[in-house]
Amino acid sequence: MTKFTSAFAAGMLAAVAMTSTAALAATPKDTLVVAAAIDDIVSLDPAEAFEFSGGDLLQNTYDRLVEFDPKNLSAGYQPGLAASWKVSEDGRTFTLTMRDGVKFQSGNPFTAEDAEFSLRRAVLLEKTPSFILTQFGFTKDNINETIKATDAKTLVITTDKKYAQSFVLNCFSATIGSIVDKKTALAHEKDGDMGYEWLKTNTAGTGAYALKSWKANESYVLEANAEFWRAKPAMKRVFVRHVSESASQRLQLEKGDVDVARNLTPDDIAAIAGNGDLKVDEDLRGRIVYMSLNQKKAPLNDPKVVEAFKWAVDYKGMSDTILRGQYTPHQAFLPLTYLGELKEKPYSLDIAKAKALLKEAGHSDDVAVKINVRNEPTYMAIAQAIQGTLTQAGIKVELTPMTGKQSLGEYRAREHDVYLGAWGPDYPDPHTNADTFAHNPNNTDEAKLTGKLAWRNAWDIPGMTKETEAAVQEADSAKRAEMYRSIQREHQQASPFVIMFQKIEQTGLRKNVEGLVTGSAISSVHYWTVTK
Amino acid sequence: MSLTGTISGGRRAWLSSRSGILKLGRLLISLAVTLLGLLLITFLIGRVMPIDPVLAVVGERATNEVYEATRKAMGLDDPLIVQFWNYVTEVLTGNFGTSLLTSRPVIQDIARVFPATLELATVATIIGVSIGIPAGVIAAVHQGRWPDHLVRLLGLFGYSMPVFWLGLVGLLVFYGKLDWVAGPGRLDVFFEDVVPQVTGVILIDSLLAGDTEVFANALSHIILPASVLGYYSLAYVSRMTRSFMLEQLAQEYVTTARVKGLSEARVIWRHVLGNVMVPLITVIALSYANLLEGSVLTEIVFAWPGIGFYITNALLAADMNAVLGGTVVVGIVFIGLNLLSDVLYRFVDPRAR
Repeated sequence: MTKFTSAFAAGMLAAVAMTSTAALAATPKDTLVVAAAIDDIVSLDPAEAFEFSGGDLLQNTYDRLVEFDPKNLSAGYQPGLAASWKVSEDGRTFTLTMRDGVKFQSGNPFTAEDAEFSLRRAVLLEKTPSFILTQFGFTKDNINETIKATDAKTLVITTDKKYAQSFVLNCFSATIGSIVDKKTALAHEKDGDMGYEWLKTNTAGTGAYALKSWKANESYVLEANAEFWRAKPAMKRVFVRHVSESASQRLQLEKGDVDVARNLTPDDIAAIAGNGDLKVDEDLRGRIVYMSLNQKKAPLNDPKVVEAFKWAVDYKGMSDTILRGQYTPHQAFLPLTYLGELKEKPYSLDIAKAKALLKEAGHSDDVAVKINVRNEPTYMAIAQAIQGTLTQAGIKVELTPMTGKQSLGEYRAREHDVYLGAWGPDYPDPHTNADTFAHNPNNTDEAKLTGKLAWRNAWDIPGMTKETEAAVQEADSAKRAEMYRSIQREHQQASPFVIMFQKIEQTGLRKNVEGLVTGSAISSVHYWTVTK
Repeated sequence: MSLTGTISGGRRAWLSSRSGILKLGRLLISLAVTLLGLLLITFLIGRVMPIDPVLAVVGERATNEVYEATRKAMGLDDPLIVQFWNYVTEVLTGNFGTSLLTSRPVIQDIARVFPATLELATVATIIGVSIGIPAGVIAAVHQGRWPDHLVRLLGLFGYSMPVFWLGLVGLLVFYGKLDWVAGPGRLDVFFEDVVPQVTGVILIDSLLAGDTEVFANALSHIILPASVLGYYSLAYVSRMTRSFMLEQLAQEYVTTARVKGLSEARVIWRHVLGNVMVPLITVIALSYANLLEGSVLTEIVFAWPGIGFYITNALLAADMNAVLGGTVVVGIVFIGLNLLSDVLYRFVDPRAR
């Protein structure tokens, strides 16, 4: 046994000595290595994918008819695979002309037939994000008339009524508007699924990259598409590896084993701040952190109690300490940078005011709530801070940490007291958040409008619902923006939502990495713009 | 999740009779019942958990229509007993269903993640056993003196230090500062998919392909997580070895051997350790089995795509097909290791032959 032990130890030492140089290698000049938490990817089918990491992957592998220019995101939507478009006088018919000379990664030429197939299948498959398209009145029964390729270059789309042109086009720029290679998808069709099973784990687009391999919860590899119509990507290969632990991401970044680390905690960001080989990129994203009070539960439906909650939160204190650099205080339902953004922040921590409001409402010391919160460090830290200030105001708080899926069940069934969580916009148009925070056409339990946060919190708002419906039809963008600002001001005052923060994404990069666009509030990550 | 009782019962019956086939049949039936019980319990736990598996598929934004359609498609509106029956009949045909999280057949996922854990746990156990047994022997022989205290102290550290912390410190020192080993992951990204997958164990696959560069890279990646896990195994094995040794050293046959004039080394390493090996096999098998299912935290720190991480992720997302599939595999491994230790008994202990 001793001999074996010595031999084994010697062997191991030799092996370690032999391999120790392997760790020193830096990444090649034409290759980008990214460490990120990518275990949220459920499906790679654009008709189904709805998670952050899935959106990132599909952003790089597909194109949409209308897109954002990653080098100028604030310019708004721009021609993508559709080179131009015309809108009919009644505002209902969009005639889009397809871009010439674009090829899919398979080599197949892109035509209007692919666009027709992609949008139709997104409606027909009825997966979760399909509402982004079906809100324009597309159904299984009318799809052959409402989305139609009239020739190889022309796609005609007819909506059920007039909507703001920006709203329609913004929705087509969402992931669900990705254009799939019809021939490739149908070559893998099984039982009339339009290639769904195959596309769940493969891609068939015109994007800057083709998916070379995907190992769920482990990694994916993208290979540059030499035929990409916008530009030749400088990064020939992109490796994205799942590393969930921030400290591990940081170590790999410091060592040069990865070029980009996307999920660093404030502590790790602070730790790399002084490192001359690294830099930190900050990007305002669309995620909003909020707390909402179920209006079915007394006394949470008393406007004074609701207002007391809004004064009993330390917005600035949290953002300066526990959320350092990762969230900025924000108190309106539209993320900053969206059309109609509202920068006003009327609330700040004022315990005396909160107490006075509770006293006026006759609930000085009898408000006791259970806050459902996702069992993740950031949300738990926010919840604990809020618990502290609410307690000072005289509100008894019990925190119930739950997994994301667990807390959602109760929330969608309208059984919670208070929910603390986040909401990210589904597409880059103000209606995405207005529709969920400020639109509730039927407040009955039977209506089951589970996708709408206003309904989940049983907030009955016939007036605001009408205002939201009017705003989405307004053709004049300036007027439309003003309508959203007005709705948000009213929402700030009256709603049972305590909107607190907007996400800032901090990305750690090697110093030689330039041009990485993480997407801001309206888009996802772009790799083709990266140089090293 | 120990199944020792069932298997030991089977083993005794097996050994006590010559009519092997009948006994083997009984053993197989008992295994089938054990597995069925395992399936039933996991299935029921999955169904009473306050997580909605439909939401795991459709996500937060889903409308009620999408939700209901998916629920129906997943067969969740059937009575529980029907769901269980459907599941068992599928499993019997080798179909564990499709994972909600990866959109792939669970069996394919397991074929990918299990070898990663197997590789890690095996190297960890080799490290733990090859150091732990000699350490335990030395501690017992020098009972109450400094080598004993040292081994016990090391063991105590092994038991009490959080694996998460130990892993991160290990990474910081040996990867970050000293540059002795490679970082998280099973391979550098550039070596991924270079050698064809045969067993899924990269150390073996790279040797089969004759690619020493990939082998060296895989070794530089596995050495640290395996050492961290191996330390736990070492702590357990050395403590148990010490305790078994002390018990044996007090036996009369030891005095007899010494009186016979045998060298002390021969008495200790051959006679005493020989007797200790029998109970130690069970200890090692259990420690190995625990590493196979319980290395989730190590897998997270080292971005090691193993079965512990897979099952935990699946559990949190209510991906019940993956949870059930993973649990059945871990259960089978436990059963297999118990059988294996039974067989090893027969080789080591002449009385059992």
